[in-house]
Amino acid sequence: MSIIQVRNISKIYNKEHIPVRALNGIDLDINKGEFTAIVGPSGSGKTTLLNIIGGLDTPTEGSVNIHGTDMFSLKDRKLIDFRLHHIGFVFQAYNLIPVLTALENVMFILQMQGRPHKECVARGMELLKQVGLEDKVDKRPSELSGGQQQRVAVARALASKPDFVLADEPTANLDSKSTSDLLDMMLQLNELGETTFIFSTHDQRVVDRAKRVLTLVDGEIETDEVR
Amino acid sequence: MLYLKMAWRNIWRNKRRTLITMASIVMAVVLSAVMSSMQEGQYDQMIDNTVGSFTGHIQIQQAEYKDEPNLDHSLRINEVLFRQVEETAGVKAVVPRIDSYALAGGLHKTKAAMIAGIDIEAEKHLSEPDQKVISGRYFNSNSEHAVLISAGLADYLNVQTGDSLVLISSGFHGVSAADLIPIKGVLKFGIPDMNNGMVYMPLQTAQEFFGAYNRVTALAVMAQDAKGIHEVAQRLSSQLPDDYKVYGWQELMPELIQAIEADRGSGQIILMVLYMVVGFGILGTVLMMTAERKFEFGVLLSIGTSRFVIGLTLILEMATITILGTISGIIASLPFIYYFNINPMEFTGQAAAAIEEYGMEPFIRFSTDPSIIINQAMIVLVITLLISIYPLIHTKRINPVEAMRH
Repeated sequence: MSIIQVRNISKIYNKEHIPVRALNGIDLDINKGEFTAIVGPSGSGKTTLLNIIGGLDTPTEGSVNIHGTDMFSLKDRKLIDFRLHHIGFVFQAYNLIPVLTALENVMFILQMQGRPHKECVARGMELLKQVGLEDKVDKRPSELSGGQQQRVAVARALASKPDFVLADEPTANLDSKSTSDLLDMMLQLNELGETTFIFSTHDQRVVDRAKRVLTLVDGEIETDEVR
Repeated sequence: MLYLKMAWRNIWRNKRRTLITMASIVMAVVLSAVMSSMQEGQYDQMIDNTVGSFTGHIQIQQAEYKDEPNLDHSLRINEVLFRQVEETAGVKAVVPRIDSYALAGGLHKTKAAMIAGIDIEAEKHLSEPDQKVISGRYFNSNSEHAVLISAGLADYLNVQTGDSLVLISSGFHGVSAADLIPIKGVLKFGIPDMNNGMVYMPLQTAQEFFGAYNRVTALAVMAQDAKGIHEVAQRLSSQLPDDYKVYGWQELMPELIQAIEADRGSGQIILMVLYMVVGFGILGTVLMMTAERKFEFGVLLSIGTSRFVIGLTLILEMATITILGTISGIIASLPFIYYFNINPMEFTGQAAAAIEEYGMEPFIRFSTDPSIIINQAMIVLVITLLISIYPLIHTKRINPVEAMRH
């Protein structure tokens, strides 16, 4: 069953001057529990597609439906709230809140949702345990390695039990060992918790372990391989 | 709680900037509080010098006297009325006075002079003439047939202690008033107008001279607390008959109020400049804070943090810095203010002479009125909080994708 329906998405930057077409009529369905990699050369539109699916950017044309909700019909405040409750984000540069500890970073999303403090702590601890960082709960991002920070970012992305997690080049700043560990962990979360992951990547090690690989070229889906 | 925790930790991410911002707030509070305290202290002194030296805090007059100040509108006083005023709560002293004008003459010259018929003991609470005698002696009784003449007038008329003064005037209900009266002493006043045309006469002698027996033109009242004048005036007004009018010194000396207001206005311009300098300093901090954390705000928006929460966190950060700075500013200004209250700032040389010329003491005692410090602190606090609205506007415009490109 598809949880994300992308229909005829186009994105043209700099429309008034020298238009740059980043996406060109993308149609895509993502089903629950998928572990999908979006690959392609630089400038092929991977990040733009992820941003549009995540409601961070608006398409020039087309629609994105998540569980039947047309994301771009939502007003700014509703859209932010929609992201808070339905989408998890993992960024290339981890992007944790520097003044909060690992546990507080994970709890942050839940606190934003207004969940009781006890529940936030319990869920935060559970997630940090799942990503193997139960001994780092009180460490701030600056006291963690890149791999550890990215694990915290994954834990944060999963905190609110989102419909899917979007990860933009999550391994780009990691060494091989950290990349391998992170992929193991994400796959485990995908298999055990049926968490849907969609990530853009250049990294062949990530592509090799993806269950579905979409190849974007010049803003269009060239191949869609399900393994 | 989470937002407060984030705000607190955020402000210490850049310790130096936070401390510099706080220091500018401290300086603003200290400078504005010390300056206002000095200014208000000066006004208190002006009021004390002027009101305390002649007018009194309150005056009780006959209803028409204020518009037509002549002896025909004088008050008839008796012991009962006097006691009633004296025993009113908040009254420190009651000083009866009969004021009028006369033509004063020496051997060759004449000049119009103000005649102040004074109760020789009560007047010591007000204009302290006994302290101003520079030659001769002060009066011995209220019926003594003698005058004390101001130094400037004595010089003009070329008279001195021991000489006689000719006084010609019109008394109560037009009765002719004329006398040749011995000069018992010469008084030196700081205020030039008083020094050049003042004659003091014991109360009964003056009443006889003007044919205004048992009458005074005003009862000057000194209040126990200068700040409670309004209440004392109201109390007096409510218990006196309708043909007695009670005036606070503000009504009697509107020109003094205007002078203070004009001076206060110029002080406020200086304070405004100070507030602007501090305001721009704080605005700089806010701009830097928002600009350098654009990426972070982009991330927060992406993961579902509302724009309001981001703005609120920034406001809390600025509010924390401001409150800490303001409290420190208040604490830092207290020693200055109390020091200059206990040890007034003294003027010397020509500056002192110029001030004394106007009948004022040549020093400024800083006011310790807490409302001055609190008001200044509140103004700086409000300015900072107003500037902190900027992040709210800024976060409204953030586009997460663009912000994360930084």
